[in-house]
Amino acid sequence: MSRQISVVVRYFASVREAVGTGSETVVTTANTVGELRDEIIARGGAWATSLARGKAVRVALDQVLQQDESAVLADGTEIAFFPPVTGG
Amino acid sequence: MQTPRVVVQFEDFDLSAEIAALRAGDGGVGAVCSFVGTVRDRSPLGEVSAMELEHYPGMTEKSIEAMIDAAHARFDIRGVRVVHRIGLLGPCDQIVLVAVTSAHRGESFQACEYIMDYLKTGAPFWKKEATPDGARWVDARVSDDEALARWAING
Repeated sequence: MSRQISVVVRYFASVREAVGTGSETVVTTANTVGELRDEIIARGGAWATSLARGKAVRVALDQVLQQDESAVLADGTEIAFFPPVTGG
Repeated sequence: MQTPRVVVQFEDFDLSAEIAALRAGDGGVGAVCSFVGTVRDRSPLGEVSAMELEHYPGMTEKSIEAMIDAAHARFDIRGVRVVHRIGLLGPCDQIVLVAVTSAHRGESFQACEYIMDYLKTGAPFWKKEATPDGARWVDARVSDDEALARWAING
Protein backbone atom coordinates (compact mmCIF):
# COMPACT_ATOMS: atom_id res chain seq x y z
CA MET A 1 0.00 0.00 0.00
CA SER A 2 1.46 3.39 -0.93
CA ARG A 3 1.59 6.05 1.73
CA GLN A 4 -0.66 9.05 1.39
CA ILE A 5 0.27 12.50 2.61
CA SER A 6 -1.23 15.96 2.52
CA VAL A 7 0.91 18.83 1.22
CA VAL A 8 0.33 22.50 0.55
CA VAL A 9 1.05 23.59 -3.01
CA ARG A 10 1.46 27.29 -3.79
CA TYR A 11 1.63 29.07 -7.12
CA PHE A 12 2.93 32.56 -7.89
CA ALA A 13 2.92 35.19 -10.64
CA SER A 14 2.22 33.90 -14.17
CA VAL A 15 1.82 30.31 -12.94
CA ARG A 16 -0.76 31.42 -10.35
CA GLU A 17 -2.72 33.36 -12.96
CA ALA A 18 -2.68 30.47 -15.43
CA VAL A 19 -3.88 27.80 -13.01
CA GLY A 20 -6.36 30.15 -11.33
CA THR A 21 -5.34 29.59 -7.72
CA GLY A 22 -2.56 30.68 -5.38
CA SER A 23 -2.71 27.77 -2.99
CA GLU A 24 -4.26 24.34 -2.57
CA THR A 25 -3.98 21.31 -0.32
CA VAL A 26 -3.13 18.18 -2.25
CA VAL A 27 -3.49 14.64 -0.96
CA THR A 28 -0.86 12.67 -2.79
CA THR A 29 1.13 9.46 -2.99
CA ALA A 30 4.06 11.28 -4.59
CA ASN A 31 7.38 10.72 -2.83
CA THR A 32 9.35 13.58 -4.33
CA VAL A 33 8.84 17.08 -5.67
CA GLY A 34 9.27 15.72 -9.21
CA GLU A 35 6.56 13.07 -8.72
CA LEU A 36 4.20 15.70 -7.36
CA ARG A 37 4.84 17.91 -10.38
CA ASP A 38 4.07 14.94 -12.67
CA GLU A 39 0.85 14.31 -10.77
CA ILE A 40 -0.26 17.92 -11.22
CA ILE A 41 0.74 17.94 -14.91
CA ALA A 42 -1.45 14.85 -15.37
CA ARG A 43 -4.52 16.96 -14.53
CA GLY A 44 -4.15 18.43 -18.01
CA GLY A 45 -5.30 21.89 -19.14
CA ALA A 46 -3.58 24.93 -17.65
CA TRP A 47 -1.89 22.71 -15.05
CA ALA A 48 -0.13 20.77 -17.79
CA THR A 49 0.91 23.80 -19.82
CA SER A 50 2.08 25.89 -16.83
CA LEU A 51 4.19 23.17 -15.24
CA ALA A 52 5.25 21.42 -18.47
CA ARG A 53 8.76 19.97 -18.50
CA GLY A 54 11.09 22.26 -20.39
CA LYS A 55 9.29 25.36 -19.15
CA ALA A 56 11.27 27.66 -16.89
CA VAL A 57 9.57 26.77 -13.60
CA ARG A 58 11.32 27.17 -10.25
CA VAL A 59 10.44 25.03 -7.25
CA ALA A 60 10.72 25.78 -3.56
CA LEU A 61 10.29 23.28 -0.75
CA ASP A 62 9.39 24.72 2.65
CA GLN A 63 10.39 28.14 1.26
CA VAL A 64 13.86 27.08 0.12
CA LEU A 65 14.68 27.19 -3.60
CA GLN A 66 15.49 23.72 -4.98
CA GLN A 67 18.22 22.99 -7.52
CA ASP A 68 16.40 19.82 -8.67
CA GLU A 69 13.21 17.90 -7.90
CA SER A 70 14.59 15.02 -5.87
CA ALA A 71 13.62 16.37 -2.43
CA VAL A 72 11.35 14.02 -0.49
CA LEU A 73 7.91 15.20 0.60
CA ALA A 74 6.49 14.77 4.08
CA ASP A 75 3.05 15.37 5.51
CA GLY A 76 2.54 19.14 5.73
CA THR A 77 5.38 20.08 3.38
CA GLU A 78 4.89 23.37 1.51
CA ILE A 79 5.85 23.26 -2.16
CA ALA A 80 5.77 26.25 -4.47
CA PHE A 81 5.92 26.50 -8.25
CA PHE A 82 6.77 29.84 -9.89
CA PRO A 83 8.53 31.42 -12.85
CA PRO A 84 12.11 32.74 -12.62
CA VAL A 85 12.15 35.71 -10.24
CA THR A 86 12.27 39.32 -11.45
CA GLY A 87 12.60 41.49 -8.34
CA GLY A 88 15.07 44.21 -7.52
CA MET B 1 15.56 46.95 19.70
CA GLN B 2 17.76 46.46 16.68
CA THR B 3 16.40 47.44 13.26
CA PRO B 4 15.53 44.34 11.23
CA ARG B 5 17.89 43.61 8.36
CA VAL B 6 15.12 42.85 5.87
CA VAL B 7 11.84 44.65 5.35
CA VAL B 8 9.20 44.06 2.67
CA GLN B 9 6.67 46.89 2.59
CA PHE B 10 4.11 48.74 0.47
CA GLU B 11 5.32 52.15 1.69
CA ASP B 12 8.12 54.20 0.21
CA PHE B 13 11.44 54.49 2.08
CA ASP B 14 13.73 57.40 2.94
CA LEU B 15 17.35 56.71 2.01
CA SER B 16 18.80 59.20 4.51
CA ALA B 17 16.74 57.85 7.39
CA GLU B 18 17.63 54.27 6.49
CA ILE B 19 21.36 55.00 6.40
CA ALA B 20 21.21 57.02 9.60
CA ALA B 21 19.55 54.09 11.39
CA LEU B 22 21.97 51.56 9.91
CA ARG B 23 25.12 53.32 11.11
CA ALA B 24 23.71 54.82 14.33
CA GLY B 25 26.08 54.36 17.23
CA ASP B 26 28.67 52.34 15.31
CA GLY B 27 31.93 54.30 15.47
CA GLY B 28 33.71 51.55 13.55
CA VAL B 29 31.90 52.45 10.35
CA GLY B 30 34.06 54.29 7.86
CA ALA B 31 32.07 53.59 4.70
CA VAL B 32 28.44 53.35 3.67
CA CYS B 33 27.44 52.08 0.25
CA SER B 34 23.85 52.03 -0.94
CA PHE B 35 21.93 51.02 -4.05
CA VAL B 36 18.41 52.18 -4.90
CA GLY B 37 16.47 50.52 -7.72
CA THR B 38 13.70 52.56 -9.35
CA VAL B 39 10.85 52.00 -11.83
CA ARG B 40 11.64 52.88 -15.45
CA ASP B 41 8.89 54.38 -17.62
CA ARG B 42 9.88 52.14 -20.53
CA SER B 43 10.88 48.56 -21.30
CA PRO B 44 12.36 47.04 -24.48
CA LEU B 45 8.74 46.45 -25.52
CA GLY B 46 7.52 50.01 -25.01
CA GLU B 47 6.04 52.42 -22.53
CA VAL B 48 5.42 51.31 -18.94
CA SER B 49 2.75 53.20 -17.00
CA ALA B 50 2.79 51.14 -13.79
CA MET B 51 4.36 48.10 -12.22
CA GLU B 52 2.92 45.59 -9.78
CA LEU B 53 5.18 43.58 -7.52
CA GLU B 54 4.16 40.20 -6.13
CA HIS B 55 6.22 38.16 -3.66
CA TYR B 56 6.23 34.97 -1.62
CA PRO B 57 5.75 36.10 2.00
CA GLY B 58 8.05 34.23 4.34
CA MET B 59 10.36 32.87 1.68
CA THR B 60 11.28 36.41 0.62
CA GLU B 61 12.53 37.40 4.06
CA LYS B 62 14.16 34.02 4.63
CA SER B 63 16.06 34.06 1.34
CA ILE B 64 17.33 37.64 1.74
CA GLU B 65 18.41 36.92 5.33
CA ALA B 66 20.47 34.02 3.94
CA MET B 67 22.01 36.32 1.32
CA ILE B 68 23.01 38.80 4.03
CA ASP B 69 24.56 35.98 6.07
CA ALA B 70 26.50 34.93 2.96
CA ALA B 71 27.69 38.52 2.46
CA HIS B 72 28.89 38.72 6.07
CA ALA B 73 30.80 35.46 5.60
CA ARG B 74 32.43 36.72 2.44
CA PHE B 75 33.14 40.39 3.12
CA ASP B 76 34.35 42.30 6.18
CA ILE B 77 31.19 44.36 6.62
CA ARG B 78 29.44 45.75 9.70
CA GLY B 79 25.75 46.14 8.87
CA VAL B 80 23.23 45.51 6.09
CA ARG B 81 19.74 46.82 5.46
CA VAL B 82 17.48 45.65 2.62
CA VAL B 83 14.09 47.25 1.94
CA HIS B 84 11.98 45.92 -0.94
CA ARG B 85 8.62 47.37 -1.91
CA ILE B 86 5.61 45.41 -3.15
CA GLY B 87 2.25 46.37 -4.59
CA LEU B 88 1.52 48.95 -7.25
CA LEU B 89 4.35 51.32 -8.22
CA GLY B 90 4.64 54.06 -10.82
CA PRO B 91 7.49 55.32 -13.01
CA CYS B 92 10.31 56.91 -10.97
CA ASP B 93 9.15 55.23 -7.74
CA GLN B 94 11.79 53.56 -5.60
CA ILE B 95 11.59 49.75 -5.56
CA VAL B 96 14.52 48.44 -3.60
CA LEU B 97 17.25 49.58 -1.23
CA VAL B 98 20.42 47.73 -0.31
CA ALA B 99 22.70 49.56 2.15
CA VAL B 100 25.93 48.21 3.62
CA THR B 101 28.38 49.61 6.15
CA SER B 102 32.03 48.65 6.61
CA ALA B 103 35.26 50.03 8.02
CA HIS B 104 36.71 50.71 4.57
CA ARG B 105 34.97 51.39 1.26
CA GLY B 106 36.06 48.35 -0.76
CA GLU B 107 34.12 45.83 1.30
CA SER B 108 30.83 47.75 1.33
CA PHE B 109 31.02 48.53 -2.41
CA GLN B 110 31.49 44.85 -3.18
CA ALA B 111 28.98 43.50 -0.66
CA CYS B 112 26.29 45.90 -1.90
CA GLU B 113 26.60 44.65 -5.47
CA TYR B 114 26.89 41.04 -4.31
CA ILE B 115 23.63 41.24 -2.34
CA MET B 116 21.87 43.03 -5.19
CA ASP B 117 23.01 40.46 -7.79
CA TYR B 118 21.93 37.66 -5.48
CA LEU B 119 18.54 39.28 -4.82
CA LYS B 120 17.81 39.69 -8.54
CA THR B 121 18.05 35.95 -9.14
CA GLY B 122 17.19 34.37 -5.78
CA ALA B 123 14.56 36.41 -3.95
CA PRO B 124 10.96 35.48 -4.86
CA PHE B 125 9.63 38.73 -6.35
CA TRP B 126 7.83 39.05 -9.68
CA LYS B 127 7.11 42.20 -11.65
CA LYS B 128 4.11 42.78 -13.85
CA GLU B 129 4.20 45.82 -16.13
CA ALA B 130 1.22 47.81 -17.35
CA THR B 131 1.82 48.78 -20.99
CA PRO B 132 -0.37 50.25 -23.77
CA ASP B 133 -0.83 46.64 -25.00
CA GLY B 134 -1.98 45.42 -21.59
CA ALA B 135 -0.32 43.97 -18.52
CA ARG B 136 2.54 41.53 -18.91
CA TRP B 137 4.87 39.65 -16.61
CA VAL B 138 8.49 40.74 -16.87
CA ASP B 139 10.82 38.01 -18.15
CA ALA B 140 13.90 37.05 -16.17
CA ARG B 141 17.09 38.33 -17.79
CA VAL B 142 20.03 36.14 -18.73
CA SER B 143 22.32 39.05 -17.78
CA ASP B 144 21.12 38.69 -14.17
CA ASP B 145 22.31 35.08 -14.08
CA GLU B 146 25.62 36.19 -15.60
CA ALA B 147 25.99 38.90 -12.95
CA LEU B 148 25.52 36.31 -10.22
CA ALA B 149 27.96 33.90 -11.88
CA ARG B 150 30.74 36.47 -11.39
CA TRP B 151 30.53 35.66 -7.69
CA ALA B 152 30.72 31.94 -8.46
CA ILE B 153 27.24 31.25 -7.14
CA ASN B 154 24.54 29.22 -8.84
CA GLY B 155 21.09 30.82 -8.63
